[in-house]
Amino acid sequence: MVVLRHRGTFLRRLLEHGQTLVHEAELLWDGSRYGAGVLDATRSPLHPSARETLLAALEAGWADPRRLHREGRRARHLLDRARESLAASLGARPDEMSFHPSGAHALRTGLAGLRHARRRVGTRVLTSAVDQAVLLNEAHDADAGFRPLSVDRLGRLAPETLRLAVAQGPPVAAVALQQANGEVGTSQPVEDLFSVCREARLPLLVDGTASLGRVDPPGTYDVLVGDASTVAGPPLGVLVVRTGTRFDLPDPRWEPEHGREPADPWVPVALAAAEAWQQAVHVRPDESTSARALVDRIRGAAAAVPDVDVVGDPVDRLPHVVTFSALYVDGESIVDALDRRGIVVASGSACTSSRLEPSHVLAAMGSLTHGNVRVTLPLESVSPRRAEDVEALCRELPGVVAELRSRLGVGDL
Amino acid sequence: MSTEPEPDLDARGLKCPLPVIRLARLARELPSGTTLLALADDPAAEADIPAWARMRGHTVTLEQRGGHTAYVVVLG
Repeated sequence: MVVLRHRGTFLRRLLEHGQTLVHEAELLWDGSRYGAGVLDATRSPLHPSARETLLAALEAGWADPRRLHREGRRARHLLDRARESLAASLGARPDEMSFHPSGAHALRTGLAGLRHARRRVGTRVLTSAVDQAVLLNEAHDADAGFRPLSVDRLGRLAPETLRLAVAQGPPVAAVALQQANGEVGTSQPVEDLFSVCREARLPLLVDGTASLGRVDPPGTYDVLVGDASTVAGPPLGVLVVRTGTRFDLPDPRWEPEHGREPADPWVPVALAAAEAWQQAVHVRPDESTSARALVDRIRGAAAAVPDVDVVGDPVDRLPHVVTFSALYVDGESIVDALDRRGIVVASGSACTSSRLEPSHVLAAMGSLTHGNVRVTLPLESVSPRRAEDVEALCRELPGVVAELRSRLGVGDL
Repeated sequence: MSTEPEPDLDARGLKCPLPVIRLARLARELPSGTTLLALADDPAAEADIPAWARMRGHTVTLEQRGGHTAYVVVLG
């Protein structure tokens, strides 16, 4: 009710001033259930508590937290609370943790700080073929001859592969690796990879943008990065630099966010992110068990469709992520056909006109890149009927794939 | 001028999943042990043709040739 009242007031104020953009949003919203059919929660609808926190903070925490007046001091207090809360959720200290405009920004900043601090020791950055494009780009920027570390068919990096790469070639500045893959779900052996880094006295950045909040934070890292949208918060990057880590940014000295950002975050967003994270940690054991079973259900249903390749580790994986590819069909057509049946999924295929390169993750694993469907389950607290949405996907999938194949005349290939 | 054999399939200019579909159509008619040469320039084909071959029990070798890639497929 609080939410509706806020929304009503907001609308009325805008309408009185003759604004029209709110009409756009109102016209586009068809009034269906919030988050209905959404099985693509890489950017999720907000958690109800995060939404309420955001709305309340719009009134209490809109000000610049650097101002010395009452409004500024209140915003500063809320920002400090958000930092304390989020740091606690991550098992870190508030003075280790900073907010960044996005997960990708936080990854770049985290890596830049490690690289610059060790620039006289080494220059190379090591990362794997299934890590995020932003890390691959940074690694290539550091060394034009960079080759990503190869992974196995499940998308897993072997510690031995990292050990060999460290030993061969010029000195390394930093290693940046994911906790688990956000496209295929496969978990990485972070503890063992950290041991390899420790032996070689190299700092390790762990990319938890797809995993943190859904699984426990890793016990071992130097730098850790997360994204509040993973836990149904607003998209917001968080960066933890462990005390004692050599970290120094090349840019001019900044004040905000322990000197890691040129500007303070917008306080309402930071507070909503902290609230979403707190809620996610609170429900994690049950949430994880339930999501895991739903993903098992999808894996089984997809594998039962002829010539469908279900990708990634079936067991040692994120609880809420699964991807599969249907031979001879293009991903965009599956996304469209499911969308028309009220089921919202993503695709890593390149057959769409908007992208030229297929998912580098699927390619690195030797998996089919066309006909790809990627499911990222929303939290149950955001989408209480997600189990029904999963059932709908499992029910519709065989027919959708068969129909598309018959239209292409490839049913007998 | 060239001693290069004529490709069995020239899928250059075709986007995924068409190169794989054309290759599969060709392969269906032929006995196991047959060798096929296919050309494609869609970047997705470099992942998709080997993945298709794995799913169908064929073996494939790739050779990058500047603007396109040559695939030699031995049917299983």
